[in-house]
Amino acid sequence: MIISVLSGKGGTGKTTVATNLACSGPKTAYIDCDVEEPNGFLFLNPAIEQREKVNVMVPSIDKDSCLACGLCSKWCQFNALAQVKNKLLSFLQLCHGCGLCTLVCPEKAITEVPREIGVMERGEFDDNVFIHGMLNTGEPMAVPVINRIIEEIRGITGDFIIIDCPPGSSCSVIAAVEKSDFCLLVTEPTPFGLHDLKIAVSLISAMNIPAGVVVNKADDSTRIIREYCEAEGIPVLMELPFSKRVAQIYSTGKLLIQ
Amino acid sequence: MKQVAIVSGKGGTGKTTVCASLAELAEKKVIADCDVEAPNLHLLIDSEVLREKDFYGSKMAQIDREKCQKCEKCLAVCRFDAIRDFSVDELKCEGCAACVFICPHKAVIIRDAITGKTILSASSWGKFSHARLNIGADGSGKLVTEVRKNASGYAGEDDIVIIDGSPGIGCVVIASITGCDAILVVSEPTLSGKHDLIRVLDLAEHFGIKAYVCINKYDLNAGMTEEISDHCRERNVQVLGCIPFEREVGQAINRGVPVVRVPHSAAGRAVKEIWANLSKELSLVKDIQL
Repeated sequence: MIISVLSGKGGTGKTTVATNLACSGPKTAYIDCDVEEPNGFLFLNPAIEQREKVNVMVPSIDKDSCLACGLCSKWCQFNALAQVKNKLLSFLQLCHGCGLCTLVCPEKAITEVPREIGVMERGEFDDNVFIHGMLNTGEPMAVPVINRIIEEIRGITGDFIIIDCPPGSSCSVIAAVEKSDFCLLVTEPTPFGLHDLKIAVSLISAMNIPAGVVVNKADDSTRIIREYCEAEGIPVLMELPFSKRVAQIYSTGKLLIQ
Repeated sequence: MKQVAIVSGKGGTGKTTVCASLAELAEKKVIADCDVEAPNLHLLIDSEVLREKDFYGSKMAQIDREKCQKCEKCLAVCRFDAIRDFSVDELKCEGCAACVFICPHKAVIIRDAITGKTILSASSWGKFSHARLNIGADGSGKLVTEVRKNASGYAGEDDIVIIDGSPGIGCVVIASITGCDAILVVSEPTLSGKHDLIRVLDLAEHFGIKAYVCINKYDLNAGMTEEISDHCRERNVQVLGCIPFEREVGQAINRGVPVVRVPHSAAGRAVKEIWANLSKELSLVKDIQL
């Protein structure tokens, strides 16, 4: 069973919930899809066994065959190729790896070459599978790294796979959540937590994935979350009370269950 | 005009909290919320929408069922698994137009797709530029660029554009910080916070943008605060101030009251000092009274 942990809002406690759950019960793999700022490894201290570059395929122009016709530049929807007078300029960070330029070129002057945008690492913690990825500094697109990680989880056996998702509501979150059977939405009982929880709920509703809510840093205001969840028919599965002591333990990189 | 982006790397460190207070303190300013995926700044201020505009941030393929001959050439060429039953999955389509190019029956078109909306509001802070990204949409970086363009459009020569950023270091953050005079990284004294701070400082360095740091809830872990301060010192990044943890401040924020308006608050005083230091660094026109 694949369970995603997401939130919309940053800092609500996704990694806290995901890492502690991964250590709490049956055989559970932990997959960190927050490739911009992965944190799970700080708490799980995995022994890394495999490290792999994540590449996207980008155009390489054979200058001898290129007639500067400008067709590839005209067809590229991402402005990754630009024909300026007789020069073809490439802005490879904008390339989505669709391969269209290779099809369009009448001289077959374009081939695709790999360009590294990040890394994926795989290892073990407590006899469980650990996988995470890291987007290289300065690279804009996280999705190809997330997709590589999701592809890697296909061979995993065991009872559960927990996917620690990035904050937000964009294509990165969609890529991380897509293959899930269930979503745990981690929120905090503040107007900001509620606002962004609603965004997360829209996202998983659009993908038809069932969900439950975890209220972290719960206090007297928790009812604002409960009222919303009741109205939407989403179960509140867990409340973790606000605790300065818990925050201090977290700050040192320790798991709460320890 | 000066532009400063409030970022963090890690989520939940207090960017919006700090940003709201800086917006209170700054005299001549325009405010921008570039956390387009989960915007929160509008929750902290009474504002009135002046203008909303649909934003076309990406493209989407569309298959004409009547012309489609089900030859499957589009399926073979799509690298994003976006074609199912000869229909385009809008959550997956990246708008590359490979299917448009390959279709021998001209049954596929590419159209501009609305990926969100930009909003311009009037508030007690002055002009406020923000946006909402549609769920799962592509092109979030482009929407951020548009929010900033709208904000700068209203900023005068003596104004500062204060940008509330988002967590992470990808396209949204890159679009929020490029061209800024400085970034202020709001950090927290946790292992995750330190790790993520380092990545966002690396990002600023990569783009040649001047970075400053402040440490929120610094007294939660004095040792980690010191580690963060040491790291900043090693890379010549100035720590402009440290904000103590005060439960009352969190409660005030939840009621829409910026930290600097909470009476007798040490956290409020710390933020005022951070603003004074930042203003001095950015050589803003007026003298700041603490």
